[in-house]
Amino acid sequence: MARDMQRYLRPGLTSTPFCPGCGHGILMGLILRAIDQLEFNMDEMLFVSGIGCAAWIPSPHFNADTLHTLHGRAIPAATGAKMFNPKLRVMVVSGDGDLADIGGNHLIHAARRNTDLTVICATNMIYGMTGGQVSSTTSVGAFTQTTTQGNPYQPFDLCKLIIAAGAAYAARYSVTQPFALIASIKKALQTNGFCFVEVLSPCPTQFGRHNQLDTPGDMIKDLMDRCITRRKAKNLSPEELKGKIITGEFANGAD
Amino acid sequence: MVSYYLSGNEAIVEGALRAGCRYYAGYPITPSTEIMERISIRFNEIGGVFMQMEDEIAAICSVVGASWAGAKAMTATSGPGFSLMQEGIGYAAMTETPIVIVDVQRAGPSTGQATRVASGDIMQAKWGSSGDYQVIAVCPWSVQEAYELTINAFNLAEKYRVPALLLTEEAIGHLRERIDVVKDVEIFNRRKKPGAAPFGTEERDGVPPMPSFGEGEKVLVTGSTHDSHGFRKTDDPLVQDRLVSRLNEKIVNNRERIIDYEDYYLEDATVVVISYGFTARSSLFAVRALRQDGRKIGMLRLKTLWPFPDSLTKNIGARAKVLFVPEMNRGQVAGEVRKYVSCQVVSFTQTNGEVIYPDTLIEGLRRHL
Repeated sequence: MARDMQRYLRPGLTSTPFCPGCGHGILMGLILRAIDQLEFNMDEMLFVSGIGCAAWIPSPHFNADTLHTLHGRAIPAATGAKMFNPKLRVMVVSGDGDLADIGGNHLIHAARRNTDLTVICATNMIYGMTGGQVSSTTSVGAFTQTTTQGNPYQPFDLCKLIIAAGAAYAARYSVTQPFALIASIKKALQTNGFCFVEVLSPCPTQFGRHNQLDTPGDMIKDLMDRCITRRKAKNLSPEELKGKIITGEFANGAD
Repeated sequence: MVSYYLSGNEAIVEGALRAGCRYYAGYPITPSTEIMERISIRFNEIGGVFMQMEDEIAAICSVVGASWAGAKAMTATSGPGFSLMQEGIGYAAMTETPIVIVDVQRAGPSTGQATRVASGDIMQAKWGSSGDYQVIAVCPWSVQEAYELTINAFNLAEKYRVPALLLTEEAIGHLRERIDVVKDVEIFNRRKKPGAAPFGTEERDGVPPMPSFGEGEKVLVTGSTHDSHGFRKTDDPLVQDRLVSRLNEKIVNNRERIIDYEDYYLEDATVVVISYGFTARSSLFAVRALRQDGRKIGMLRLKTLWPFPDSLTKNIGARAKVLFVPEMNRGQVAGEVRKYVSCQVVSFTQTNGEVIYPDTLIEGLRRHL
């Protein structure tokens, strides 16, 4: 982390627990840069996370109130804190398995209630911490420890799901799109209601090495090749869109 | 003093409000639902945040979140809903979050008989979540006491930073009685000490002060093993041992201060009925009827079920010949009583979804007199 971002980190921490090539460290920096650019006071912020690698992005690193909850239960805990003390700016940072699999019911209901939360979902398409099992965002055909013949099930399109449930803001970017991602997190933090930012984050350790993406560089390059903007996607045929990940804002508070 | 005519469930709400409860999250389930209905209306009148959540898991987790945001917070449930809340209870115990959980017990297992009475959750209340932890559980026998013990549950939760349970039963929840409400009630508020470690004290059985979110304390809360400042230490045997010991000892070592009970005619009793909740009403009727017949019978009524009144039970067991434990379950408290006494313990059980009538108890007791 750049030295000028140090003041956002809890004193005494010297390193992150993330594997080499993990995207979560990049995401950590981008969240803090968004907060820095907005000049938000960290004493007014609460970061809530569940269980999994991404849940360690705010806890213990962020120098603010942090609540590291049960697996899947970040959103209801965040809801309780926000509803009782609306002055808190509450951000949930957790992974796809935590928010969309075990916590999926809480996710759609918080979106339906349009609770004033910013939810950052670090999607690495795998259960990283438990050793690489399939998740609800793993692509069809991908190899994991529990889909050794290839994943037979289709993944969630989380942005579509969240918009259908009634969220105010929904966007998807990859950690390979840092400037767009900072802008999106800032927008989510400034928009009232339920704001959801899905962030594609590479996991070479548990995903890449089983899917011919052996090095961190391979995974980053793969994300850069596959992520295309909404505008670009408009001009592509379904055939050309195969395997692509469309990024951008899908619901915007102003829409 | 003002008198009201309320159901047990309604009295629980009034007790919660009197204790300072200003956050409630729940999910509808018979026979506890009147609690959430009434508190949603009462919060509209006096202020407070009510959330009907998508399930009981969300309910208890949002109560934990609200508690850390500074609220005195409560949820209520029954039957399978109580089972769903177990991981949240374990999390509250581990993070030392003061919350109150009301379990209006109904006949189980599973969905069982939703509108019928039982007290089958006594053991689940203590042992339902993973690992070694303590809770405080209180058990009222009247509508009056549903009000009073709800206030106690909040006070105990705040004082010991622990999930406190009001273990009541359908028969109390739906019973209507007069209650008398006094003006002056002792209310315990959260102890605060800015800058202090929120998860450790000098004493091995101490209760640390508790900061709230938004106070600039930069609190670090986790359900994983943590040191006194909240840093995860998930592979340190010393930190694990120190934390788990303190979570247990802060309750166990203070049990004489926590435990509350009533006793009747113990001076000469050779047979003692140990009873709690609705069943204690029938028990007292039976005991009084048998004493009129000249029988040497007494009664101990447990108002606190967890931590279990072990030395009290031991003392009574040392003097009595027979301990008679009537319960609307298969002998959950009787088994606990047996741990502490060497005299005969009779487990008198009924699990048909109905309250135990005094006549049934008198008949059962005569065999031992």
